[in-house]
Amino acid sequence: MFGYYLDLALRSLRRNKALTALMVLAIALGIGACMTTLTVLHVLSGDPLPGKSAQLYYPQLDPRDMDGYQPGEDPPVQVTWTDGMNLLRAGRADRQALMTGGAVPLQPAQSSIEPFFENARYTSADFFPMFEVPILYGRPWTAADDEAHARVALISRKLNDKLFQGRDSTGETLRMNDVAFRIVGVLDSWRMTPHFYDLNNGSYAEDEGVYLPLTTAYELKLGRNGSTDCWGKGSDPDHMDTAPCVWLQYWVQLDTPAKAAAYKQFLIHYSQEQKALGRFQRPPNVRLPDVMGWLDYNKVVPGDVRLQAWLALGFLLVCLVNTVGLMLAKFLRRSAELGVRRALGASRREVFMQLLVESGVIGLTGGIAGLLLSLVGLWLVRKQPSDYAALAHLDLPMLLATFLLAVGASLLAGLLPAWRACQVTPALQLKSN
Amino acid sequence: MDMQVGPILSALRRHKAGAVLIALQIALTLAILCNALFIVHQRLSHLSEPTGLDEANIFVIQNEWVGKASYAQLDAEARADLEVLRRLPGVADVTTSNSYPLRGAGWDDGIRLHPDQLTDTTGATVYFADEHFVRTLGLKLVAGRDFRAGDIGVMAAQDRLDPSQVIVTRALADTLFHGDTAVGRTLYLAGSPATIVGVVDRLQAQSVARWAADFAHRVVIVPRRLTSTLGTYYIVRTHPGQLAAAMRAAPAALVARNPRRMFDPRMGVLSFAQVRERAYESDRGMATLMGVISAVLLAITAAGIVGVTSFRVGQRRRQIGVRRALGATRHDIVRYFLVENLLVSGSGILLGVLLALAMNLWLILRFGMQGLSPAYLAAGVAVLLLLGQAAALAPALRASRVPPVEATRAG
Repeated sequence: MFGYYLDLALRSLRRNKALTALMVLAIALGIGACMTTLTVLHVLSGDPLPGKSAQLYYPQLDPRDMDGYQPGEDPPVQVTWTDGMNLLRAGRADRQALMTGGAVPLQPAQSSIEPFFENARYTSADFFPMFEVPILYGRPWTAADDEAHARVALISRKLNDKLFQGRDSTGETLRMNDVAFRIVGVLDSWRMTPHFYDLNNGSYAEDEGVYLPLTTAYELKLGRNGSTDCWGKGSDPDHMDTAPCVWLQYWVQLDTPAKAAAYKQFLIHYSQEQKALGRFQRPPNVRLPDVMGWLDYNKVVPGDVRLQAWLALGFLLVCLVNTVGLMLAKFLRRSAELGVRRALGASRREVFMQLLVESGVIGLTGGIAGLLLSLVGLWLVRKQPSDYAALAHLDLPMLLATFLLAVGASLLAGLLPAWRACQVTPALQLKSN
Repeated sequence: MDMQVGPILSALRRHKAGAVLIALQIALTLAILCNALFIVHQRLSHLSEPTGLDEANIFVIQNEWVGKASYAQLDAEARADLEVLRRLPGVADVTTSNSYPLRGAGWDDGIRLHPDQLTDTTGATVYFADEHFVRTLGLKLVAGRDFRAGDIGVMAAQDRLDPSQVIVTRALADTLFHGDTAVGRTLYLAGSPATIVGVVDRLQAQSVARWAADFAHRVVIVPRRLTSTLGTYYIVRTHPGQLAAAMRAAPAALVARNPRRMFDPRMGVLSFAQVRERAYESDRGMATLMGVISAVLLAITAAGIVGVTSFRVGQRRRQIGVRRALGATRHDIVRYFLVENLLVSGSGILLGVLLALAMNLWLILRFGMQGLSPAYLAAGVAVLLLLGQAAALAPALRASRVPPVEATRAG
């Protein structure tokens, strides 16, 4: 029966080519615009570490003085060196890492490569297992290296390809800012989207090329990228370890909710203790968001991207209303033909199914065209200058969603016209003819 | 014409679904169109905003040092660089700063009028300057004086910012003193007092992002050369027509003086025209997208009206024939379909105005947009009314050509 309906549908669609083209085009444009913007939104609001992100938390403390104090205020979004080191050394979490972004001038041994700046991350040993960083060659440095301010470095696969043509470079020497570092490991391809562990240098920034122990980088006064917030006597570039400034990110891994609750208590106790010591002045003000909570708090997904997605949904709605109107007009115009079919014994159900198949064909064609349009749309997005542009690719779930949306939408659009058209009374139609 | 409305309404009542759908489509189109065009207007209105600079003759160099150096060495290097640039043919003047208008990043700080104030009076962008800054940028000094060479101090990246003298923009002076004389007054920048020695007419902030919109032209210029291990910006003003040549010559001259430096391949040397281009790239992209969506929406709605009206005409060929046979002129038939369309699109437009306002309210709450200006609403209504009538005209003309003899035909 389906084959017969399909044949009828195709005949009917061929009869009025301009109208069919208009309906298909409207659906295709609506689907194309929608899927382009939804894909971008989907990519940008995704979970950077699925399965792991719920166990990663970002502790926030309030170490500021009473100047400008307002109860209920949010605590700073970074930590001081003192607090970071205290929490790191307390080791109360399953894993913990203290970090900041930076940039180092790299002086390759090969004379063929000019010196260049590379983005760096200064952090501590747990960074690599905690964020499940894939290691291609070698191994991460150890907590002992952190303590010893060791001149060791891990580099990204991309940098390894550039400097060492992709071979195992562990044990090689890398000169940065006139200091020789020993490469202990090479990362495999790794990009966190969003760049959740440090949002200071762009929410969708690429991951860094060089990873160094924070203690080493601080001792050598390597250049920092990030924001610094100070109070009281302000910052002191030579003594950032004691300056009343927040400038570091601190992440912990807590495997169970019970541990997270206990860690929050620990942070409150720590704040009280620091207040008793006179370092903190404000009442304890502690937060412990997980990765997704942290991204939400920072409103990481650009407002423009959300706005575009809503706009495209509105656009699709107009396209659908348009198609419903056209289909209704078309089906009603065929009342006579449908009357004949009813008189010849087709049930109301069968006529309804026949019309639904016709709208389904339009939806499917529109969906395929819309998919092609969204590929074009995503290609255009990738041409944009924003830091997330390169991420705009269609993935399998979005591909399936496109098809479901297209067919679902056009079936929905076909429901009302088909139902109205199959209400025809055969006798009346035949008589009027 | 009055006489026709009755029959039209009863005909519409018989085809409620079709009429409702067209009205709904027009309403949605109007709501989206008004808001989209309003967004376009908002994004584009900033694009031509003047920075206060002599933009046509300015380019900027981002200089990054390689290797270790003390802050004193870095400052000496920077001064030597400025001398090299100043001697280049075609160069009018050179200055160094931590940032420049439209760069997108830099130093913003709070301004207070009293030391014991709990919250800032306003935010402001802070530009570091030497005695060449105002002249190089081509700023117009409207009160007080420029910095003198003796005013300029040296500051390391994370030193405390405590200049005793500052120059402010007129926008900042007006915010702080509401039109009173600003020169000689004291403001508190990052907690330390500073006396205002001069006021410049106009100088834009480093960021054009929405969060910085509140203090877009509130700028304080401090007499300090900022030295940072990460590097610095040289701002160069050339004589008219010499920009391209000086942009080519400058990096080579700097490398010849000291090769231990880098210029980013994309961002290292930029003319101010390129700076402006980069700063507004995303706004222009959003405006283009909104424009395209609006155009396509209008096209689809017009095509939909043509399609549905054609079907109505086709459906009613016999009635049209009867009316023609009973003495209706072609004119009457055209008018009938146009008035019918006007009624449908008119009710759609009424609904659309409400929808547009609701959508705007939601955009204000959710995305911090501004209130929709009535002009955009009026323009949207006019466009859709005209478009609706134009789209219905061709099918209506076709209807008027139905011969009276059609009345006698079956079907």
